[in-house]
Amino acid sequence: MEIALNQPAPLFKRLTWFDWLFAAIVAGGLLFALSRYGEFMDIYEKAILLAAIPSLAAFGWFWKPFRVLFIAVGALSLVAIGQYDGDLGRMEQAFLLKYLISSQAAIMWMCALFLLATVTYWAGLLARSDFLNRTGTAMVWVAVTLGFVGLMVRWYESYLIGPDVGHIPVSNLYEVFVLFCLITSMMYLYYEARYQARQLGGFVLIIISAAVGFILWYTFDRGAHEIQPLVPALKSWWMKLHVPANFVGYGAFSIAAMLGVAYLLSARGILASRLPKPEVIDDIMYKAIAIGFAFFTIATILGAMWAAEAWGGYWSWDPKETWALIVWLNYAAWLHIRLVKGLRGPMLAWWAVVGLFVTTFAFIGVNMFLSGLHSYGEL
Amino acid sequence: MNTATASFGKSLFELLSSMRFAISLLSILAIASIIGTVLKQAEPYNNYVIQLGPYWFQVFEKLGLYDVYHAAWFLVILTFLVASVSVCIWRNAPNFAREMKSFREQVSEQSLAAFKHKHEAVTAHSPESLAAQAEAYLTGQGYAVKRVARDDGLLLAAKAGKWNRLGYFLAHAAIVLICIGGLMDGNLVFKAQQLLGMKKIETRDIPQSEVPAISRLSPDNPSFRGSVQIPEGSSADVAFLNVADGYLVQDLPFTVALKQFRIEHYSTGQPKSFESDLEIFDRSGKKIREATIAVNHPLIHDGIAIYQASFADGGTKLSLRGWNLFASQAATFEVDGVVHQNTTLTSAAGDYTLEFTDFRPFNIENVGGEIDTGRDAMAVLGGSPVSDNKHLRNVGPSFQYKLRDARGQAREYSNYMLPMQLDDRWYMMSGVRETPNEAFRYLRMPLDASGSLDSFMRLRGALMNPDLRPEIAARFARQALPENAWNTEIEDKLKFSASQVLALFATGGFQALSGFIEARVPEAERDKAAETYLRILELSAFEALQIANRLDKQPPPAANDATGWLVRDTLNSLSDMFVYGAPIYLQLMQYDEVKASGLQLTRSPGKSVVYFGSLLLTLGVFFMFYVRERRVWIRIKPGHALLAMSAAKHTLDFDKEFAQHAQALDTLAK
Repeated sequence: MEIALNQPAPLFKRLTWFDWLFAAIVAGGLLFALSRYGEFMDIYEKAILLAAIPSLAAFGWFWKPFRVLFIAVGALSLVAIGQYDGDLGRMEQAFLLKYLISSQAAIMWMCALFLLATVTYWAGLLARSDFLNRTGTAMVWVAVTLGFVGLMVRWYESYLIGPDVGHIPVSNLYEVFVLFCLITSMMYLYYEARYQARQLGGFVLIIISAAVGFILWYTFDRGAHEIQPLVPALKSWWMKLHVPANFVGYGAFSIAAMLGVAYLLSARGILASRLPKPEVIDDIMYKAIAIGFAFFTIATILGAMWAAEAWGGYWSWDPKETWALIVWLNYAAWLHIRLVKGLRGPMLAWWAVVGLFVTTFAFIGVNMFLSGLHSYGEL
Repeated sequence: MNTATASFGKSLFELLSSMRFAISLLSILAIASIIGTVLKQAEPYNNYVIQLGPYWFQVFEKLGLYDVYHAAWFLVILTFLVASVSVCIWRNAPNFAREMKSFREQVSEQSLAAFKHKHEAVTAHSPESLAAQAEAYLTGQGYAVKRVARDDGLLLAAKAGKWNRLGYFLAHAAIVLICIGGLMDGNLVFKAQQLLGMKKIETRDIPQSEVPAISRLSPDNPSFRGSVQIPEGSSADVAFLNVADGYLVQDLPFTVALKQFRIEHYSTGQPKSFESDLEIFDRSGKKIREATIAVNHPLIHDGIAIYQASFADGGTKLSLRGWNLFASQAATFEVDGVVHQNTTLTSAAGDYTLEFTDFRPFNIENVGGEIDTGRDAMAVLGGSPVSDNKHLRNVGPSFQYKLRDARGQAREYSNYMLPMQLDDRWYMMSGVRETPNEAFRYLRMPLDASGSLDSFMRLRGALMNPDLRPEIAARFARQALPENAWNTEIEDKLKFSASQVLALFATGGFQALSGFIEARVPEAERDKAAETYLRILELSAFEALQIANRLDKQPPPAANDATGWLVRDTLNSLSDMFVYGAPIYLQLMQYDEVKASGLQLTRSPGKSVVYFGSLLLTLGVFFMFYVRERRVWIRIKPGHALLAMSAAKHTLDFDKEFAQHAQALDTLAK
C-alpha cells in the first residue's frame, strides 16, 4: 500500500549504503585536509571547510551522480599530489602529470572534451541519435571531472610555488572561467537528467565552448594560466564563498539564455520536432533563473560584506557593484513578470537572452571598459 | 474637493501598488545606475571640464551626474521604489496572512468540479474510512489537512507550502529595510544642512586647523566615510570627506597615531601585505588601545571602523649630491630635501624651485628579455602554470622631484639611487618627462672602473671648458699625426678642426655637429664628414680625460676598452643633456624613509539594518522559489470521490504531483 501510494519515506530510510559511504568519504577527506593543511587556514577558512562536510554530503544525497564525481575528483587529485611528491619539477617528468593530471594538462583536456561534446550533441540533435547524445553527456562528465581535478591540482601547485603564494584557484579571470565552465555544465547535467532533455546539450554547450575559447586565447596569447600571488585585497576567506556563489548565478543565467534561444527557435518551427516540448524548455529556463537569482542574491550580499571589510563600505557604487545591481534588477523584473503576471512565452525567452548580455557585461565588460575597485581580472 | 483628494489618493495608491509601476521603477533605477558607471564618479572637477568642455560640464553638473548615486533625483527614484514596495506589502499583507491560515473549506462542489486539475473516483469504501486513509496519505505528503463534515459526506481541505507567502513578506520587507539602512548611511543629513546653509563644503587648499566650523562635522555625526593620511610618528584627529569639488573635515572622537607602516613583498616583488601599527588615544591624550590593521583586517573602535586604504611617502628625508651639468668643473654641492616640501636653488641663470614629490624604496622593473612560453609538449598542453619570468628585479630606491624655473615652468624627474646594468656596463639613470601622462625618458651617465660618476663628471667638465680646448686639440693632433707631420700646416688644420668640433659639441651635442655638417658639407660627402668628426671627437675626448685626470691629480686613464666605452657613453650622455632640460643632476646619497599610511574611517549605523535585510532577502527568495504553495480538496460522498488541486504557480512539477495524487486516490478508492 505504502509503495503504491508513493508515500515519501523518512530521509534516513531512503539513503543507501553508498550514500553513507559517500558521506564518510567526504567527512574523512575534508578532515584529513584540515589536519594536513590546517596550518595554512585561518579560523574562518577552517569553519568553511567543516561546513562543507554536511553541505557536500547533502548535495550528494540530493543529486546522486555527484557522489561518483566527488570521489573521482578526490582520487585523481590525490594521485596527482602523490605524483608531485612536493616537487614542482615533476610536472614535466612524471608521465601522468605531464599528459593528464597536472593542472594545465587536465584543464586542456577539459577544454578539448567540452568542444568535442558540443559537436557530438549537435550531431545527436540533428541525427536524432540517442547514442550520440549519450556520448555527449559522457564527454561532459569526463570534462567536468578533469576540470575539477585541474583546479584542485592547481590549488596544490600554487602552494608548491611558495607557501605564501598558495591560494584557492578562483582569483583571476582564467581560473573563474574554468569554474564557470564547470558549474554551468554541472547544472546542465542536473537538468538534463531530470527532464530527460539531452537534446538541449548543444545549446548549453555553445556558451561553454565560448568560455573555452576564451580560456585558450587567454592561455596561449596572454600567458594568463600562470599562477600569480594574490594581491592583498583578495587575501580573505570571503573569496571562497563570494566567487563560487557568483558563478552559480552566472552559470544559471547563461543556461537560461541558451534555453531561451532553443525556445525561440522551436517557436519558429526550427528544430521543433527534435527539441523537447516548449513547456519543458520554459520550465527549465524558469528553474535556472530562479536558482541563479537566489545564488546571485547571496553572492552580491557576500560581496557587500566582503567590501565592508576590504574597502571600508558595504556599498560604494563601484562599477562592479552597480552592474551586479543592474543584473539583479533585471532578473528581479523577469521573475516578477513571470510569477505575478504569469506571463510565459517568447517575450520572456527574449528577455532571458538579453539578460545574458547584461550579465556578460557585468562579468567581463566591467573589467574591460570600466575601472574601479574590483579590478582583479583585467584583460 | 474631498472626493477629488480621496480619488487622487486612491489612484496614487493604485499606481504605487501596480506591477507595471514597480517594473518601470526597476528599469529606471537600472538605467540611472548605468550612467554612474560610464561617467567616472567624484573626479576632480577640472578633469570633467577637460573631458566635456565648459558647456556640457555645467549641464552635467546641474544634473548631478558627477555623483549620480547621491543626486536628489536618484534618491527620489529610490524613495518611490521603497514606497511602491511598502504599498505592495500593505496591500497584500492581510490577504496573504488570511491565505496562509485558511483551508478554504467553504469551497462549493460546483467550483471544485470547475477546476482544471480534478479527478473523480468511484469507491466502495464508506466516506469515513476513505477520508481517514486519504487524510493519512495527504499528511504523509506534507499537507496540513482539515476535515469538514457535509450533509452528504465530507470534505478534506488540505494545504502545503504556506511559507511561500511568508517568503514574499520577507523578501519585500527586506528591500525596504536595505534601502532604509542605506539611507541611514547616506549623506541625507549633510544634504539637508547644506540646503539650509548650515554647512558648506571647503574648496580652498588650506591647513586642516584653519578650516572654519561651517565645513566641519562634529564627532557625533551618525554616519560618515572619510579618509586621512598619517605619516609614521604622527597622528590625526580628523578625517576628510570628499564632496563634489571640495571637502569637509570630520572631527573624530579620538586621535589615531601611526607608529609604523609596513609593506611586505612576495619573492616576485608583488606586494603581499600592507599593515599599519596604530595607537588610539582619547581626547585627553590617554592611550586607549594599540592595534595592527591590514587590508581585509580593519579595526573597529568606538563604532568607527578604521581601514587600511592606501599608502604614500610621509616626508622622507633626502640627502643629495648635485652637479652643475654645464659648468666646466666637476665640483659638487650638497642639498637636503624632504618629500612633499620645496627647496630653492640659486644660480646665475636665476632661481629654481626643487619640489620633492615622492620617494620609493623599491622599484620592481622588468629588466630585459622576452617571456619564453614555448616549451616542448607542455606548450601544446597549455604550458606550465609556473611563471618563468625571471626578469623582474628590484632596482632599488628612487626619488621624484619637479624642477621649476623662475618662469614657473616645471619638468618632472625621477632618479634612481643605485646604478643599473645595461649592455654589461653600469650607469646612473635619471628620467625626465614634461607631463604626468608621459613615460620617463632616461639620461644614462656611465660609471668608471671605481664605480663612481667622477670620471664622467671630470670629462664632462673638461669638454665644457673652453680654456682647455687648445690643449686638447694640440694633444689630439700630436697623437693623430706621425712625428714628421708635427709643426706643419696639417697639424694646424687638424688642431683647428678639433677645436671647432669640441666647441660645437659643447654648445649642442651631436645635434649641433650634424647641423653644422648639413649647413657646410655637400650632400655626397656628409657621411664621410660625420665619420671623421666623430672620430676627432672621440679621440679628443680621450685626450680631454687625460688632461682632466692630470688636473685633478688622478692617475691617467687606462688605454683599454673600458675607457673607450666610458668616453663614448660620456659623449652620448652629454649630448642628451641638452634635451634633459635641467642644468643640474641630483644623486641620492642617503635617505631616512618616512612612510605614510592612508586610512579610511567609517561609521555606518545602517550596516546592521542592511545585513538583517539581506538575511531576510535570502530567506525570502528561497521560500518563494523552493516552497511551492498547493491546495488539495477531496470531496467524498458515498460511493464517489472528487479530487481537485490548485497552486499559485503552475509548473511541470505541479502536473506531476497532481497525477500522483489522482493515482493515489484511485488506489485508495479501490
